[in-house]
Amino acid sequence: MDDLEALGAALPQIWQGLGITLLLTVCGALLAFVLAVGLGLGARAQNVIVRGASRVVIEFFRGTSLVVQLFFLFFVMPQLGLKLPAILCGIIGLGLNYGAYGAEVVRGSINSVPAGQWEASTALSLTRTQRMWRVIFPQAWALMIPSLNNLLIQLLKGTAIVGFITLFDLTVALDKLRIATDTFFFGAVGMVLYFAIAYVLTLAMNALEVRAKHRLGRGESLRDALRFRAPVTKGRTAA
Amino acid sequence: MNDGLQWSWETAWEALPTLLEGFFTVTLVVTVAGSAIAVVLGLVIAMVRRVAPRPIAGIVTFFVNFIRMTPIVVQLMFAYFFFLSFDALTIGIAVFGIHYATYMAEVYRAGIDAVPRGQWEAATALSLSRGRTWGAVILPQAIRATVPALGNYVISMLKDTPFLIAITVSDMVSNALEFGGDHFRYLEPITLAGIIFLVASYPASVLIRRLEKRLEYAS
Repeated sequence: MDDLEALGAALPQIWQGLGITLLLTVCGALLAFVLAVGLGLGARAQNVIVRGASRVVIEFFRGTSLVVQLFFLFFVMPQLGLKLPAILCGIIGLGLNYGAYGAEVVRGSINSVPAGQWEASTALSLTRTQRMWRVIFPQAWALMIPSLNNLLIQLLKGTAIVGFITLFDLTVALDKLRIATDTFFFGAVGMVLYFAIAYVLTLAMNALEVRAKHRLGRGESLRDALRFRAPVTKGRTAA
Repeated sequence: MNDGLQWSWETAWEALPTLLEGFFTVTLVVTVAGSAIAVVLGLVIAMVRRVAPRPIAGIVTFFVNFIRMTPIVVQLMFAYFFFLSFDALTIGIAVFGIHYATYMAEVYRAGIDAVPRGQWEAATALSLSRGRTWGAVILPQAIRATVPALGNYVISMLKDTPFLIAITVSDMVSNALEFGGDHFRYLEPITLAGIIFLVASYPASVLIRRLEKRLEYAS
């Protein structure tokens, strides 16, 4: 019962930490998504400079550990004359790192749209932009959601390190709880909370996937979205 | 302290030994030992989920999902305070090994699923035992196809090692921070830490991509 009392006492802190974790996850994911689409399209541009620049940015942010990037933003940028609030450092760091990973997902998914779709849309004399946004991207979108979901979960888990740059997130709140209770209890509460958030995100992404497939005429009922595993698409041949 | 604007080769040169020391004594050690555990344990998990009776496989699946969906930092903290009698580095290696084993298990599963049905039928037709079927026919094919994906996880483990700061293990990045704090200059040590990660992981990722392409053509 002592544990529960301590949990009750720590609840406001946990609530506050949860808020920071969710804020970082949502804003980080939005930034990452915008970057992923931009860099992913850039990495398959015809212009060599655009393509090269995208590749360099992608490899740079994939190659140099998220922790290093966060520390760079938080510790080095002020010395270079740009002091950002910690929360902004967190969002930018997460967004850049996972955006670079996402770019590879976007690029890979666009590449795996069958070549016939490009040819067909050319035959209909759609412009380049129309081909991408009306024909290719919607199909690639359905392909990329499961991988983006994995990245989103990783981003959520990545937020657990922002304590190092003075942000009071869920992990820090849990560490405070540990001092008041025993280790097993804090661990259990912490992991269940993170698990619950990840589960909700997965359900949301599964729903998004069902919707994306439905729009392509490979419809399934939304009931399948409530399953834990990614929905199975039957009949890829369905018109 | 206000002259932090300029990159100083002198400071960089001074910071390099402590960074490299952290890299070789912790970052690399945890990555190598952790990968060794993950590669083996991942295969065990994948096999258990496939051949064990349903309730056991179900329990394993639950734990795998649980570990995959919770942050490694929280797991590190939990293990560190729960197993106080072990030293932090051992705990770090164990947690990294187990965490990544759950990812690698999925890779193995996909690899096993990708072995054509005909191979199973052929093994049955030759009346090979269950052990021989797995050991001599299925696994060699399954594992060869999984090498690139396993390599990717090894690289991401390398880049996750700074999380060890949470359990007071000083790896390369915490050495960089400490150096920065002592000298009031963070630019050089942190930039160098990033460059060392890049130097360690980029060639590996290029190699993996090449391997992936070759395996694609082979199959």
